[in-house]
Amino acid sequence: MGWRKDANIKMTSATQAVLDEPRDPPAIQIRGASYTLLVLELPDPKDQTFYSRLADKIGQAPNFYRFAPVVVDLKDLADAPPFNMAEMGRRLRQHSLIPIGVQNGTPEQNKVAVDAGWTVFREGRPSLVEVGADGDKRTVETPDPQAEDTPAIETQAPPAVADSDSPDATAMVITQPVRSGRQVYAHQGDLVVLATASPGAELLADGHIHVYGTLRGRALAGVSGDTRARIFCRSLEAELVSVAGYWRVRDDIPEDLIGQPVQIFLKGERVMIEPLS
Amino acid sequence: MSKIITMTSGKGGVGKTTTAAAFASGLALQGHKTVVIDFDVGLRNLDLVMGCERRVVFDFINVINGDAKLNQALIKDKRVENLAILPTSQTRDKDALTQKGVGKVLEQLKEDFDYIICDSPAGIEKGALMALYHADEAIIVTNPEVSSVRDSDRILGVLQSRSRRAEENLEPVKEHLLLTRYDANRVERGEMLKVDDVLEILGIPLLGIIPESQSVLKASNVGQPVILDTDSAAGRAYNDAVSRFLGETIEHRFMKPERRGLFQRLLWRTA
Repeated sequence: MGWRKDANIKMTSATQAVLDEPRDPPAIQIRGASYTLLVLELPDPKDQTFYSRLADKIGQAPNFYRFAPVVVDLKDLADAPPFNMAEMGRRLRQHSLIPIGVQNGTPEQNKVAVDAGWTVFREGRPSLVEVGADGDKRTVETPDPQAEDTPAIETQAPPAVADSDSPDATAMVITQPVRSGRQVYAHQGDLVVLATASPGAELLADGHIHVYGTLRGRALAGVSGDTRARIFCRSLEAELVSVAGYWRVRDDIPEDLIGQPVQIFLKGERVMIEPLS
Repeated sequence: MSKIITMTSGKGGVGKTTTAAAFASGLALQGHKTVVIDFDVGLRNLDLVMGCERRVVFDFINVINGDAKLNQALIKDKRVENLAILPTSQTRDKDALTQKGVGKVLEQLKEDFDYIICDSPAGIEKGALMALYHADEAIIVTNPEVSSVRDSDRILGVLQSRSRRAEENLEPVKEHLLLTRYDANRVERGEMLKVDDVLEILGIPLLGIIPESQSVLKASNVGQPVILDTDSAAGRAYNDAVSRFLGETIEHRFMKPERRGLFQRLLWRTA
């Protein structure tokens, strides 16, 4: 069969692995799992305007941020004087954020954080908003009304549970070819590519994926688990197609569908490929 | 006792991936369980040369990061028994490789395979260092020209100072020279370095000479290791090299230009 599933696999998203599966004592089950977390960059804890600006930011998408676990990035505070981390945690909680840890802190800051009941993270990978080997971002246009927001508060990752029905979900439109080695992720929305995706390119979306050029790379729709997501393309030459974690590689795609306009969707646990006519 | 063999060169375009694919296939054909790993993260090509690019789901980096299990990422070769390929990621870069992560995957592979072939990227930076760090033996792929020989000399220095065996004061990495893209006619005309010249500069034992051959490019383009093409000189030369590696004594071939008859020479001139 051309599909398989493994619930332990997550091919994308920023991850913080928690623990490996222990082998010996079978009584206690501790499994590793990956979650996507928000990272809050803290420029200056004494900045009085910080919390009001944070409130503004959260006000733009209250559902998105409600009870969201947050990692506080202390990289700009290496030389800053000590501050009351427990107090900061309390204020973040007032804004419906749940601080769970810090990253990039000094050893002293890390100790204070642990005393405040938080954990210490190594810096995670940023989620795949647009990661290219050469760091070139010109080819991606993200229609994001919140883009020109205050630079002091940067959210780097989506919350753990993606809600594809969210009203603020927008489509990402790519007008230029997606080259080999590039990864484009439409978070909480659809991805529309008006050009060709080369072999070795990766298209990811929480929603549907539309490719109006030739799809030669990989396309993964519904990466946060939406089984209703579909892939549409004008010419199918993909290396791999996947919906909600179920996939087919090129070898599992019938030859008569290669080069054809198709739609790809999930039926039960099967990835279906149907010609568009 | 399984062995880790790294294909390295310093310089790019000399035939590391071709050699890795050919050697891995050759060792497997002789009955040894072999796996070949692509260390060229971000510029992955081994899967193309091995003709398995249509079956890649997970890769080396997924395994290092714990996103996939090793046997999910390993691709069994369809032509040669005992042969598996571990492709790499095209969308990540060399920073995704960590010494600990790589070491863990190699340890796991050692349980199942006799030979682990590491296809190194060009250069002497992180990717190449990761590929050679764990090596037990190294095959230095060199072209008979000065820049390639100089880079090979450089990478030999790196092997002797920055490999695990060097750091832990173990027996040094065993080095082999493989001279590729050797064109006996051009050597005779003085346009390429002679075998002896290269050996004198590098001072490591010669494992084989692979003649420049059109069949190499042809084989890469159709995704079939050239060693499987037993009609081609390059294929036979790789076969010899693998047998020598396994301890057989075989005379070096392809060092002299092919003798052509008068008729052939006339044809050659007019062609």
